[in-house]
Amino acid sequence: MRVTALIERDLRLAYRRRGELVTPVIFFVIVTALFPLALSPEPALLRSLAPGVIWVAALLAGLIGQDSLFKSDYEDGSLELMLLSPIPLEWMVLLRVFTHWLVTGLPLVILSSLMALLLNYPTNAMDVLVMGLLLGTPVLSFLGAVGAGLTVGLRRGGMLLPILVLPLSVPVLIFGAAAAGRAALAEPAAAPLYFLGAMLVLALTLAPFAIAGGLRVSLES
Amino acid sequence: MYEPATSQTLSVHNLAIWRGERCLCRGLSFQLSAGEALQVQGQNGAGKTTLIRVLTGLGRADEGEVRWRGESLRRTGAEYRACLAYLGHSNGVKLGLSPRENLAAFCALLALPDSGGVDDVKGVLERVGLSAQADLPCGMLSMGQRRRTALARLLLARARLWFLDEPLASLDVSGVALLTEMLKAHLAGGGIAVFATHQLLDLGPFPVKAVALGLAA
Repeated sequence: MRVTALIERDLRLAYRRRGELVTPVIFFVIVTALFPLALSPEPALLRSLAPGVIWVAALLAGLIGQDSLFKSDYEDGSLELMLLSPIPLEWMVLLRVFTHWLVTGLPLVILSSLMALLLNYPTNAMDVLVMGLLLGTPVLSFLGAVGAGLTVGLRRGGMLLPILVLPLSVPVLIFGAAAAGRAALAEPAAAPLYFLGAMLVLALTLAPFAIAGGLRVSLES
Repeated sequence: MYEPATSQTLSVHNLAIWRGERCLCRGLSFQLSAGEALQVQGQNGAGKTTLIRVLTGLGRADEGEVRWRGESLRRTGAEYRACLAYLGHSNGVKLGLSPRENLAAFCALLALPDSGGVDDVKGVLERVGLSAQADLPCGMLSMGQRRRTALARLLLARARLWFLDEPLASLDVSGVALLTEMLKAHLAGGGIAVFATHQLLDLGPFPVKAVALGLAA
């Protein structure tokens, strides 16, 4: 199976409209920078807020562009071709979410350490924060893709998407912020990280079926 | 071009499709063997697209079933999908990619190791008259040229079954001639074609069956 060719196509398309990809990154930076301005620049306060702020900002930034995950394929007819391909749709969907995370999620993870420094997050706990985001943001991508698959046929699906996806993202947010918070206090943070890892495994194995199912329903009408 | 044509038939048994309260067709049965074509006729909104989507397996019928080689579509899945090529209302062409890139990605989608060759794509682009535009993004091409890119897909797929929904849309005179030639070659090779057009296509010696929709209501 020529997996690389499909990933290559998605990356090439992403590169051709790279302007859109920068939007979530800039959003993430701005939202994180707003908190010290609105609350107080007090280092101790920022330090305790940092994990929550970073995670909420990453969650919201991830939502931007999530509804376009399958939108263009739906509109230009590529989605029908994907459904008619002998390759299982679940597999193609998995690849699509992976490339989407690569171009939107990964930049956020990399940038998060910089923004954490800005919020006075202790540098010796940085590895836990980044690890948590590395495990958690793909789960968020998968959840968003489930919503995107279900709403792809709706005209105003973009508005419905956050309402569908955000409640489902709560566990990831809780464990992700908990891991980073405990690490900042120099407490053991392995347990929440393991939970995030378990969620990633679940999402990796179950979400493709849910996404493919949603896409099939959306196209049947 | 294809394996022996024995039992290569697409048959439709007692098909009924409803759109809400409206019946698009009821008790529809027909059979197509190798080298036969079917023209789906009907006014705008009669359900031509819906019928073609049901035949490809994209849509679902309310009653009856479609069989390929005697087996119901519900059971053949990926095997059936490997035998068919579909040209819908939308071209399935990415505007951000050039025709060449689009076709290369389509080869990957077909998962056929032998059809992924660069030469193959080049030959097909030449055949549909897009050699000069092969490396321009499809967004810069005219509607007719995008349609030709979609036609090139049919040639790459080497599928036994062709389902064409309004294939003539935005094609010019030479485009129509190209499609007619493609259809003739396809039927001569033992293929089967189902198409929905308002115009009559002159396919020469090949028999064209017809199904008219919109009378059942």
